[in-house]
Amino acid sequence: MLGTLAGTLGFEIVFANKLPSNYLPLFLQDQDPFKLFGKDKEMVVLNNKPWNMEAQAHLLNDKVTPNKYMFIRNNGIIPTNIDTSQWTLTIDGESVQTQKQFSLQDLKIKFGQHTYQLTLECGGNGRSEFDPPAKGNQWTIGAVSSAQWTGVRLRDVLESVGLKSDAVYIGYHAADNHLSGDPNKEPISRGVPISKALQDETLLAFQMNGEDIPLAHGYPLRLVCGGWPASASGKWVNRISVRNKVHDGAKMGGSSYRVPCENVSPGTKVEDENMCIIESMPVKSLITYPKSGALIKANRKLNINGHAWAGELQVTQVEYSIDFGSTWVTCKLEQPVNRLAWQHFSATISFPKKGYYEVWAKATDQNGKSQPMVLPGWNPKGYLNNACHRIAIKVV
Amino acid sequence: MKRDFNHQVKQLSRILFSFLLLFIVLFAGLFYWVNRSPDTIQETEEVIPLVAVDDSIENGIHLATGFVDDDGMQATIQNCTNCHSAKLVTQNRMSREGWEATIRWMQETQNLWDLGDNEDLILTYLAKNYAPDSKGRRQNINQTEWYELE
Repeated sequence: MLGTLAGTLGFEIVFANKLPSNYLPLFLQDQDPFKLFGKDKEMVVLNNKPWNMEAQAHLLNDKVTPNKYMFIRNNGIIPTNIDTSQWTLTIDGESVQTQKQFSLQDLKIKFGQHTYQLTLECGGNGRSEFDPPAKGNQWTIGAVSSAQWTGVRLRDVLESVGLKSDAVYIGYHAADNHLSGDPNKEPISRGVPISKALQDETLLAFQMNGEDIPLAHGYPLRLVCGGWPASASGKWVNRISVRNKVHDGAKMGGSSYRVPCENVSPGTKVEDENMCIIESMPVKSLITYPKSGALIKANRKLNINGHAWAGELQVTQVEYSIDFGSTWVTCKLEQPVNRLAWQHFSATISFPKKGYYEVWAKATDQNGKSQPMVLPGWNPKGYLNNACHRIAIKVV
Repeated sequence: MKRDFNHQVKQLSRILFSFLLLFIVLFAGLFYWVNRSPDTIQETEEVIPLVAVDDSIENGIHLATGFVDDDGMQATIQNCTNCHSAKLVTQNRMSREGWEATIRWMQETQNLWDLGDNEDLILTYLAKNYAPDSKGRRQNINQTEWYELE
């Protein structure tokens, strides 16, 4: 079991075949998550059971997010005994012509491989700002990443199996374990409408940034649906069900990854039937350089840069303000390397005099929607906070 | 006669030897059965490292869990940190009704047990020590560390 993990761990366990089948080597028992998952020490642990960890804005400065700065969001317990030679993906459900099973090798050989940079943001990124507070991990701004994912198109796999005309949704099932230890419960089993499942960029990925996907991010197989709440991108996927109705797996109903269909006043109790599933994530941006708290000398110009993304849409403009949103200046904005990848912006700022400033960034999507400067519509679980990012600067 | 007798002795010793072998195998089997490692019984059970529980309190905080030291803390630790970490509790802020609704949700969907007499104790503890504070529509940037940017 662990021998096959060597690739993901980045080193080999000598005599791995001699390990008792349920013995975890000391380094895996080690509860230091930074070593365990190869994360930078500046990453912030929100929860250690299940593991949840986020980045800080300045850690996300890379154009392509490396593993060490990628947030971890888990609903259950990460699987450990993964044998890639035995791993299978089953395609089943009411709306497939016939149930079919693929080994990892089948997937790699039978279908064309594609690489896309895909932005994945946790639906609850920014939850910590909600008032009244919303239940769950209190993400600030760091539950977003944009890595390169390599795999086969879900569409190609589904087409080889054959879909019935009544297919409306796909739902994933995976190898992670429920927190309660109940083997009959799935920690999370979400999905996307068939139209999203059939997009070019929707992948069954086996590589991230050119290497095997790290264990915490879904090794050996992850469904990647860029631009949607990252929970739609199931990790450790071993089954995909093609449904003739909206998938009804764990965390598809109630207040999970759903928001009131119509805006409500903060703190309102909303009935289940008035909640709608989150699809594309809203327009958002992050200033990733400089780190907030910079002291700069008077008459020095400040270069800023960062990323902007808008779910399914493209970002058409990013602006900055140094006067609390009274006036805005347009930033230089790059095109995305592919659809659903974040875009990079930069600007050079001159400050009129000494004092305290906040640099605010505001992105606008192709439909003309911009980021709000305050918290957007309140919802019970604190999703979709795309309020503009701010950093503090003092000119001295 | 003598040859017959020899033959019978040989046959008897063969039978006895067979029985001996059978017993050895049986005992070896029993020995293995009794002493076999538990992981062959439950293949899926994970090895959980034993960690000594440190119950010390510093500045009113239970160091091992991060919980505020107050009436009901032990009941909260015992009932609320089996499945998830204490951090999932301590990073949240809710009214008593909110905490109660969370407990009901866990009982209905996440296999949380009936808390019995402890429920009132736990709810009182959580509502007092982890109550919501008003944040408004946008908080200040809480910049505490400054650095010189060249």
